[in-house]
Amino acid sequence: MTDNHNKEHHLIGYGTYFMIWLSLISLTVLTVSIAGVNFGSIALLIALLIAAIKSGLVINYFMHIKFDDIIFKIFFLVAMATLFAIFVLTSFDIFFR
Amino acid sequence: MSKPNEGVEKVPLHLADPHHHKDAIGAKMGMWLFLFTELLLFGGLFLLYMAYRLQYTQDFVIAAKELNLMMGTINTIVLLTSSLTMALSIAAIQRNKKTLAIWMLVVTVAFALAFMVIKYFEWTAKIHHGIYPGSPDLLNMPNGEIIFYGMYYSMTGLHALHVIIGVVIILFMLVFLIRDKITQHDYIKLENAGLYWHLVDLIWIFLYPLFYLIH
Amino acid sequence: MANPTIAEKFESYLDYPGMKKGLFGWIFSIDHKRIGLLYLVSMVLFFAVGVTLAFIMKLEMLSPGKDVVDPQTYNTLFTLHGVIMIFLFIIPGIPAVFGNFFLPIQLGAKDVAFPRLNLLSWWLYMIGGIFAIVSLFLQGGPIDTGWTFYVPYSIRTTTNVILPLLGAFILGFSSILTGLNFITTVHRLRAPGMTFFKMPLFVWALYSTAWIQVVSTPVVGITIVLVIIERIFQIGIFDPALGGDPILFQHLFWIYSHPAVYIMILPAMGVVSEILPTFAKRTIFGYKAIAYSSLAIAFIGYFVWAHHMFTSGMSDTSRMIFSLLTFVVAIPSGVKVFNWIATLYKGSIDLRPPLVYVMLFIFLFSIGGLTGLILGSLATDVHIHDTYFVVAHFHYVMFGGTIIILFGALHYWLPKMFGRMYNEKVANIAAGIIFVGFNILYFTMFILGYQGMPRRYWSYLPEYQTLHIISTVGSWILILGMIVMFWNLIYGVLKGKSAGDNPWGGTTLEWQIQSPPIMENFHEIPTITHEPYYHAAAINTEDNKHKKIDEGENE
Repeated sequence: MTDNHNKEHHLIGYGTYFMIWLSLISLTVLTVSIAGVNFGSIALLIALLIAAIKSGLVINYFMHIKFDDIIFKIFFLVAMATLFAIFVLTSFDIFFR
Repeated sequence: MSKPNEGVEKVPLHLADPHHHKDAIGAKMGMWLFLFTELLLFGGLFLLYMAYRLQYTQDFVIAAKELNLMMGTINTIVLLTSSLTMALSIAAIQRNKKTLAIWMLVVTVAFALAFMVIKYFEWTAKIHHGIYPGSPDLLNMPNGEIIFYGMYYSMTGLHALHVIIGVVIILFMLVFLIRDKITQHDYIKLENAGLYWHLVDLIWIFLYPLFYLIH
Repeated sequence: MANPTIAEKFESYLDYPGMKKGLFGWIFSIDHKRIGLLYLVSMVLFFAVGVTLAFIMKLEMLSPGKDVVDPQTYNTLFTLHGVIMIFLFIIPGIPAVFGNFFLPIQLGAKDVAFPRLNLLSWWLYMIGGIFAIVSLFLQGGPIDTGWTFYVPYSIRTTTNVILPLLGAFILGFSSILTGLNFITTVHRLRAPGMTFFKMPLFVWALYSTAWIQVVSTPVVGITIVLVIIERIFQIGIFDPALGGDPILFQHLFWIYSHPAVYIMILPAMGVVSEILPTFAKRTIFGYKAIAYSSLAIAFIGYFVWAHHMFTSGMSDTSRMIFSLLTFVVAIPSGVKVFNWIATLYKGSIDLRPPLVYVMLFIFLFSIGGLTGLILGSLATDVHIHDTYFVVAHFHYVMFGGTIIILFGALHYWLPKMFGRMYNEKVANIAAGIIFVGFNILYFTMFILGYQGMPRRYWSYLPEYQTLHIISTVGSWILILGMIVMFWNLIYGVLKGKSAGDNPWGGTTLEWQIQSPPIMENFHEIPTITHEPYYHAAAINTEDNKHKKIDEGENE
């Protein structure tokens, strides 16, 4: 079983990890530096967008779901969709009360 | 475990022993499913945060000014870097570089502890200012600010708890590595520990802008 | 093929000499069958406690004012009755007992994916249960919030709230571990040839259930943790005095607790889909429709939680949306019921105890489901919210649905689990007594609720007394029926005659192995070539059973 596992396993180079790390740090710096700028109501959206990009990098590379079997991607989507649905449905109460 | 049965043909190896089969993909699947539960656990908190931030927009801005942006940012970088060293440790053991893998784990633990130390200073500074759960100063604040600190302490507190659990897990992995329980051909334990650690990082990626970057 | 003949008996899991002896050989066993039995025994004990609490409550309802307990005790009684029955009995219920026992066998596997985790689940279950029970005897008194733990009362009451909450959290963790174990097992340990659409429908139901367990339980986990830290640290989260919003607690609570209803009922529906083809002696009608409807129920069931909150003060928009979504969930449930009925049509029906229970289920669950529509409809719910109508509705669904099927599953699978048969005539009589008692007990509650009797009240106006007395008498009949049933089953397990390997002529894999099964379930892992309910060869099961698995492609 372990042999099988190894064969399927995509080896990610040290360099790739460093690049991902560098991007994560840069995005952190970016989000801090534009936090002072007054974007008004979209400031939160921008901050969350950057966080989403960062988490995308972590999930795809550090957690290497990008290189995993399709079933893991489906699982992940199911979990995310669930979370999303909870937020949307609760919003109907929060926004319209 | 299995008793000999005469006249029974051999079954596929991975099914041969019911209680000791090794299935790396299965183990990883179990880990991911567990991570989803963690995501939804924090998801509930984020949902509360969303509701309260909408309700108390101004109070949240005022209360967030008390937080130390510098410490929050340093902690973000510390945690991101620890995620890197964790990933590198797995990459090293995949290439059969045991020593490098061990050192990378040690560095990961060091970063995790650094995160906790910074967190400690951050929290003690708040407590010195009289802002802690149930304190008279806090209870005299407007409702929105009480809620902000309620969310702040519970979310970062729960996250810190996960960091501590992560440290314990990584220390176990360290022992397994040293004792060759984790090898180039069987490193699923380390991989799963890595997944857990990255999740801790992932949650912080969202906590950071939601608490430290409110203007 | 080296199949042993029936006469050759191999050592079963019950007699297996493990590393540890006696009781330790059970409570530290990582065998899925033994763990299933551990759950069965512990759950029946908790069930007995829950029934006793309900019995006392019904006695108290015999007349207005005090009969046997004072108001505060009554509050703790209904709280603990709910906590025990929900968290300790029906949520683990069928998956923990029959899922553990039969999921690997029905898949053709030797165990679940993570046997040690499985044992840990049971231990966590016991610890959680003990927490809940211990809180009764500590200073401060037993919890009196109702099983829903609504804030702000649960933050302010002086009774022991933290310990049972912690117990519920641990039970949730146990439930999550079972869920992820089952999902991984279904994905990784199917026997060769067992495609998703060759899996028995019970497995489909468990798979759907497991997903709900994994994605919804953590939400209530965090809610419980927040109430605990709010109590301990006076931190502001839900308490309105500190700016919190109690309705958000209700949202988070029901985001779990409504899907939990499907954690309870889906496995029961899976059992029905197993029992029907066996006793109708034909394949299930609409296999794929039933399989998909399990997933659909799990999916839609996730999005209807706020129909528990129509009178809580949430926005009108969400009240309407959730009312609409609630009606949608009736569709996949209807798909199932129609397919079951169609399965019976032109089948050669063999009305034996498990099928009798399925019949009771279809009848009682239909009443429960249809009254659910009355509650799901926004306008009518406002009038009967928090009355006995609601109590009657969820007892018809939960008891008439899940627990009746749990009894049915016991009658169906006990001969396989222990290799012995109970007295079928007594089983049918017991089912009859249960049915009569059940309807006297709960149908009167529909009328009481319709007339305006509120739930959870210790006393009531005199005009309700007649119906309350009828209802209480019903509870005695029901308990009598259950005593007869359990006595018959226990007697059967201990002294019954040998059941044989396939007493019902079942077609799924568990009926092709020895009763009780050997430790490894199968002497060799079977290869599956058939859909699960293939009955052509089943008329003469004794001769053809091995052919069906091994040479099924000949047909």
